[in-house]
Amino acid sequence: MADAEAAEHPKYLQHHFSDAAQQRESSKLGMWIFLVTEVLFFGGLFTGYAIYHSWYPEIFHAASRVLDWRLGMVNTFILITSSLTFALAIRMLQVDRVKAAVWNLAATFALAGGFMVIKYIEYSHKFHVGQLPGKFYSYGGIDVANPHVFFSFYFMMTGLHGLHVLVGMGVILWLLIRTARGRFGASYHNPVEVAGLYWHLVDLVWIFLFPLLYLIA
Amino acid sequence: MSEQTRSAAAELPRSAVAVPERTDENGLPRPNFLRDGGGTLWSWLTTLDHKRIGILYMIMVMLFFFVGGLFALLVRLELFAPGEQFFGPDTYNRLFTLHGAVMIFLFIIPSIPAILGNFVLPLQIGAKDVAFPRLNLASWYIYMIGAIFALYSLVTNAADTGWTFYTPYSSSGSDTAVISITLGAFILGFSSIFTGLNFIVTVHKMRAPGMTWFKLPLMVWALYATAIIQVLATPVLGITLLLLVLERAFGVGIFDPAMGGDPVLFQHFFWFYSHPAVYIMILPGMGIISELITTFSHRNIFGYKFIAFSSLAIALVSFLVWGHHMFTSGQSEFAVMLFSFLTFMVAIPSAIKVFNWTTTLYKGSISFSVPMLYALSFLFMFTIGGLTGLFLGALSVDVHVHDTYFVVAHFHYVMVGGTVMAFIGGLHYWWPKMFGRMYNRTSAVAAWALVFVGFNMTFFAQFILGTQGMPRRYWTYPEQFQSLHGFSSSGSLVMGLGFLIMGVTLLAGALRGRVVGSNPWGSLTLEWTHATSPPEPHNYPNTPVVENGPYDFDKLVPRVDAPGEPGPEPEPAPAK
Repeated sequence: MADAEAAEHPKYLQHHFSDAAQQRESSKLGMWIFLVTEVLFFGGLFTGYAIYHSWYPEIFHAASRVLDWRLGMVNTFILITSSLTFALAIRMLQVDRVKAAVWNLAATFALAGGFMVIKYIEYSHKFHVGQLPGKFYSYGGIDVANPHVFFSFYFMMTGLHGLHVLVGMGVILWLLIRTARGRFGASYHNPVEVAGLYWHLVDLVWIFLFPLLYLIA
Repeated sequence: MSEQTRSAAAELPRSAVAVPERTDENGLPRPNFLRDGGGTLWSWLTTLDHKRIGILYMIMVMLFFFVGGLFALLVRLELFAPGEQFFGPDTYNRLFTLHGAVMIFLFIIPSIPAILGNFVLPLQIGAKDVAFPRLNLASWYIYMIGAIFALYSLVTNAADTGWTFYTPYSSSGSDTAVISITLGAFILGFSSIFTGLNFIVTVHKMRAPGMTWFKLPLMVWALYATAIIQVLATPVLGITLLLLVLERAFGVGIFDPAMGGDPVLFQHFFWFYSHPAVYIMILPGMGIISELITTFSHRNIFGYKFIAFSSLAIALVSFLVWGHHMFTSGQSEFAVMLFSFLTFMVAIPSAIKVFNWTTTLYKGSISFSVPMLYALSFLFMFTIGGLTGLFLGALSVDVHVHDTYFVVAHFHYVMVGGTVMAFIGGLHYWWPKMFGRMYNRTSAVAAWALVFVGFNMTFFAQFILGTQGMPRRYWTYPEQFQSLHGFSSSGSLVMGLGFLIMGVTLLAGALRGRVVGSNPWGSLTLEWTHATSPPEPHNYPNTPVVENGPYDFDKLVPRVDAPGEPGPEPEPAPAK
């Protein structure tokens, strides 16, 4: 009897759920709803972008030219690859290959770090030449009125996105440690799975940001 | 009257519904969440029990209700007579801003979902807890952090922008602490999002066996519809307030015309959240009213599905009407016509609810218990608030009464006459469930009467002031408005006294009131029929199996007005 109860109530099952399936479905639904709020959160910025782009297409086209599309493209490949490695990590856990999962999570973390390094290079260059938002703008190389509008959006959108990458890196690191300690396996890996959903959204937002910021010129 | 009510309630055959006793089969008292979840302050601050978190919210939210109420009284005192009474214009601007911001973001939005929703939602669906208890506690802490930011603005250099933070005044005009109060509202938004997220998952995944969607109490439907709005609208407020903070701190220029920006865009973004937000405020109140009306009419609710779906309809349409706040801000003629039309559309589901509640009363055996008094005053005042909303949705009228006291009165009739009445009615209804004790009926009725009379004195006068052209947010006014303003201010004192007595009554009831049984009202929803008062830490000893609808009075309870008539055979107590 006690054994049967232990089998029904494994350690990872929180007391208020009746079974593991209920817990798994709840955490997934919770994450999907959270992603909806994220879409709406970014949606405000995308709406602002759409409005200002339609008012001032010439500013956006001229200012977009000063961004280095090659760096943006490299970052796009990096993030898409990191989504792949994250998905592979989940797959490896599903088939109980914990070690392979750890390596995939480590790769995801490293790729995310690489993304942030390239972002840092881009940012520091812009700070250096004064391609900054709003009243801090001091760059002289763009020959239209109010070019700072573009950079306001550039910094707010990539900044908010970068913040999400950083949060994601923290989560991945936490999952990496726990996976390495053997907390997750084929029977239980909810946190990895829902964090994967989050990471794919971060990836997806960048896939929209890249053309909207780098490729409109 | 009170004797009559009590005896009518006593006649309800309790055998028809299985009410758990306070003691178990061995005669030992059952555990309850107040006593057995740990008695230390630390145990409360680290609790994962949704009922305790509801009470944590209640302590803070009621505190801010008191603070916001004080600001309101100060505003009304200043307006007692024209000219400077107590404060100059600068202080006055801060007072009405703080009144609005505290009441909206710290009181009314979290009031029903975070306090009563947290307490009753898992109980009503037969769950042990919400889906994410840790997130639930985290949202309380996020609320506290947001409150600290808002209070920081209050004690340093209180903001004077109005609770709507309109640009460009908020971004470049005002020299007060706008950033901290805006960040406060931003953080409070996340608290609200997480509560909503938790409730949606809870309703989807945590229902007890047999609890199908159409057996959900209407309170749950209302909280569910509210949660959808919280999740979909609040992030937009978040990004809007973040943009405002960036605009003010770093001059990004999005809302600054001198830098190519547009201040009206702020209004669009702001109302895209803040109009749905008024439904975050009223919808859960409507859920409470559905519970109260059916319980105290002892009659199955009329039009269950219509009430349930009208909540969802309101949630949906609420996203499409934000432009009606901006009829005078400069929109295309087509846009204003569309927004006006859609605004009228919201009246339909709201009216469906009112008609259904009224029909439920018809031929019911009504007991005028304290919660019911609040429910009936809701019907009366919400209807006034709702109908005057149609005046404001009509383009030609709105242009004249825009930004006058008419708007102020309309808003308060819906929010105070509607939401606050429902909230307090709900508090009185679930109070014996929370604490196992009953408050003093006489002083509760006295408090209700003072609030009702005081409220109508305060705000009905403001409808008249508004149509006569008194603009909102002015610290003084011409001589001719003095009598109405004086009347309104006197009413506010009566109302304030009423709320004070209410608070003392409830508090005394919780501490020393008469001990009551598990189901003092004869309600049929799970929290009354299957849980003790106060409930056990994990709500139910056995997961309830649901067989009846939430309001099957016709089936389970013989009519009180025909005591000789034998009722149907009572159902055996369902237990797993």
